[in-house]
Amino acid sequence: MATIDNSFDAGLHTEQLGGRTQEIFFSAEEEENFVYPYNAFEVDSSKKTEFDAQNLESSDINLKIRELMKEGFGHIVVKNPSAKHSIAVGILNRLQLDFDGSLGYFGCGLVDGPNIKISGRVGWSFAENMMAGTIIVEKNAGSTFGAAIRGGDLVCKGDVGSRTGIDMKGGTIIVGGRTGTLSGFMMQRGRMIVLGDAGSNLGDSMYDGTIYVGGKIASLGVDAVAGEMTDLEAEWIERKLALYGMKAPNGAENLQKIVAGKQLWNYDNLEPTEKKIVL
Amino acid sequence: MSENKDLIPEDLGSDREKEIGQHIGYRYDVNLVPDYGRLTPFLKKYLEVMNWQDLNWLEDVHMGYEEDRPAVFDRNINGWVTVPKEMELPDNQQDRDMIARELLIKFQMSKRHPMVVLKENYGKF
Repeated sequence: MATIDNSFDAGLHTEQLGGRTQEIFFSAEEEENFVYPYNAFEVDSSKKTEFDAQNLESSDINLKIRELMKEGFGHIVVKNPSAKHSIAVGILNRLQLDFDGSLGYFGCGLVDGPNIKISGRVGWSFAENMMAGTIIVEKNAGSTFGAAIRGGDLVCKGDVGSRTGIDMKGGTIIVGGRTGTLSGFMMQRGRMIVLGDAGSNLGDSMYDGTIYVGGKIASLGVDAVAGEMTDLEAEWIERKLALYGMKAPNGAENLQKIVAGKQLWNYDNLEPTEKKIVL
Repeated sequence: MSENKDLIPEDLGSDREKEIGQHIGYRYDVNLVPDYGRLTPFLKKYLEVMNWQDLNWLEDVHMGYEEDRPAVFDRNINGWVTVPKEMELPDNQQDRDMIARELLIKFQMSKRHPMVVLKENYGKF
């Protein structure tokens, strides 16, 4: 097998750059394990339970979910969450979690792995800093939906408020309806698919990442420009939407693609030596 | 510039990159979508365990380079983890990316991950 030893051989850059490194190496001897060795639980996906959250405080609901995971339940149904705030945050393992109702502010933040379904609506800053997993909201969502997410699939089948995916750093946000003003603001990586209309200043100051819009765009933000759709992208979008029973209104190939114009990328004009000083 | 042109995605070597003299490391676009025919047995099992129908967050994980050595960025420690020199890597980006994903999962779930030490020293609960 031919091998490539360094980044120069791969043609990735033409000059030597040095940065900070933590000198951490992978080990070929690592054991097969699918659970974080901290704050996570080994659960059985065939073990299902449910509880009523009507008379519980947010913290009690979170503790109850944690307790059930500790007992090995891999499928938990929460009845009557009653739009309480900060529910189901910081879950770091696989889990099927179903909410029969709506969630309030800051629901499902920092999750890393679970598959979550919400039959109702969700409030502001839903799934903030999501790391991995899938989340499906059947109705509408408030502002800053998926703020700063780093990975996973975050789906809202209805409309969402303003600043959707603000500062997102990875993953995929899918909106079945419309999205509000300043969506994709300062987006750095990842993909956002909006099947309906998008509000004003879409993708304002985005560094990178891609936004696809099926409806009308009120206006583009600073440094957001139209990109060219490729067949591979259309294929990828169709596949992704199909996972959640969704479809682009006029076909994925006819979505409008928005990317960063990269005119605001002043940082990369620094010489490598200057960059090392800054870093 | 390298002769290994097959390994260079089309968007590399853009005017912008030539101007600044380096590869824009985190700019991976959808054209680097994973080839699901190249999933490793470990990754297949991982997706099954997690009950995901695709690579989910791992779609954004690629083999990169740090200090001129193959490495994978671990977001949990906000740093690069280097591939040991003795580990042989295939000569195409798709297979390399799959290996990167497998190595990263194994590392993150390992007891020698820096987060374990952090938790031991600073964890409140």
